[in-house]
Amino acid sequence: MTAVAASPPVGAVETVDLAVTPLRELNQRLHHLARDDTGPGHWRVLHPNGAHALACGLDADVVVEIEGHAGYYCAGMNKRATVRVRGSAGTGVAENMMSGRVVVEGNASQSAAATAHGGLLVVHGDAAARCAISLKGADVVVRGSVGHMSAFMAQTGRLVVCGDAGEALGDSIYEARLYVAGDVDGLGADCVEKEMRAEHVHEVRELLERAQIDGVDPAAFRRYGSERRLYTFKVDNAY
Amino acid sequence: MFAKSEEVEARLGADLAAMLVQLSDRGPDSAGVAFYRDEAPPRSTKVTLYSADPGEDWGVVAAALREALGGAGEPAVRATHACIVVEADAEEVERWAVDARPDLRVMSAGSVIEVYKEVGRPEAFARQFALDDVRGTHALGHTRMATESRVTTEASHPFSTGLDVCLVHNGSLSNHNRLRLALRREGIPFRTDNDTEVAAGYLAWRMREGATLEQALEGCLDDLDGFYTFLVGTADGFAVLRDPIACKPAVLAETDDWVAMASEYRAIAVLPGAEDARVWEPSPGVVYAWERVAA
Repeated sequence: MTAVAASPPVGAVETVDLAVTPLRELNQRLHHLARDDTGPGHWRVLHPNGAHALACGLDADVVVEIEGHAGYYCAGMNKRATVRVRGSAGTGVAENMMSGRVVVEGNASQSAAATAHGGLLVVHGDAAARCAISLKGADVVVRGSVGHMSAFMAQTGRLVVCGDAGEALGDSIYEARLYVAGDVDGLGADCVEKEMRAEHVHEVRELLERAQIDGVDPAAFRRYGSERRLYTFKVDNAY
Repeated sequence: MFAKSEEVEARLGADLAAMLVQLSDRGPDSAGVAFYRDEAPPRSTKVTLYSADPGEDWGVVAAALREALGGAGEPAVRATHACIVVEADAEEVERWAVDARPDLRVMSAGSVIEVYKEVGRPEAFARQFALDDVRGTHALGHTRMATESRVTTEASHPFSTGLDVCLVHNGSLSNHNRLRLALRREGIPFRTDNDTEVAAGYLAWRMREGATLEQALEGCLDDLDGFYTFLVGTADGFAVLRDPIACKPAVLAETDDWVAMASEYRAIAVLPGAEDARVWEPSPGVVYAWERVAA
């Protein structure tokens, strides 16, 4: 739990209405925060109306609440900031996130948290295809289900799915750890089920707590990861 | 958009227009719609004709059709298009158009389908074609950003190459030239160099050979090379198919009153009741279909 998410600065909410203000102006103002770190610490964005690239490239300890649906690449490349979408998010939410926290209260479309290096993405609804594709260190917690090809080539980081997973979960996975409570339609190449030991139950519990998701039993999850039999895992193929 | 209640049928055009406007930025160069409505009497064909001449006298066109084919109703004019019910089959109307009025295009033919499409932004299109007033049982719409072929009225979507069948497409096909040749040999006509028209022709051919809509769509998985999300309309309903990789977006939503499909959720969010809809993204290579149950 980050202090920022728990206690946004009181009485300093900057409201930006995208029905009036151009999106570029909003993003520009948010980017300026990265430069001098002064300015409002808590932002509310009204009438997002599915706009693409909302709150992208943030690098400041701020909270941005988006009051509605976000389009593609919302909170992409996020650093330090907490971005909450009170609606659904389109393709590539929190793509390449470095740190901070992104929360989607509705569903997330495909490629959520693609290549994300750090931070936490929480999706309260479902995430679609390719969730956490090429994950590079971030944590992703999905309250619902994820679509096909999720965690494809995921390198490191954790994906927790409280619902089901689609076809080819974890195809060509490296060292990321996957936890699924529901059914898995099929595992991808070199992805296998692994023993769920006490430390893994502990890890899931800790991630659910950080994601503020209740009512899910950490012991109900199964763990999946790499069998390490593909080409890249053979020492003879190392340079 | 597929209506399950009379209330939704009454506002179908307005709902579809709202969806199209939401997706203007995805496809600003052209827009088009297919409505399924007002069934033509038996042994008649409803055709939608397009003229590049904005001053076209559709009364004269209807009179010529009446003269040539025996019977034709009054034209219902929408911008550059007119819908006319003709007492003849679709082939006769098509032949008449080729012989007597090669400057006109038959945009659709069947008993219930009407296709309207035009270049320009979706907002302008919706106004120009007065979509807000259109009732119907189901409808498809499309906003286009051209990739494979020119920005023209004819190359806009939906494409209709069979009776009451039409297709809209997000994606691009790589084997459409060879497939067009093969389908031409089967007697399927093509009017443009557009890849989507080939997919529409493929479906029309498969269904002409006896396949159901679902079987025809499943055939796409084997016979079409490229990437696509397809939305197909028929007299009874519509179906959705994504290619096996499913890179092209698609969101489906269903309530007790309607089923809607769009490339982005924002287009569904504007529909009454969207907040309580079941929302999901279709799985790759799976046909999702809704049909009206015969009364």
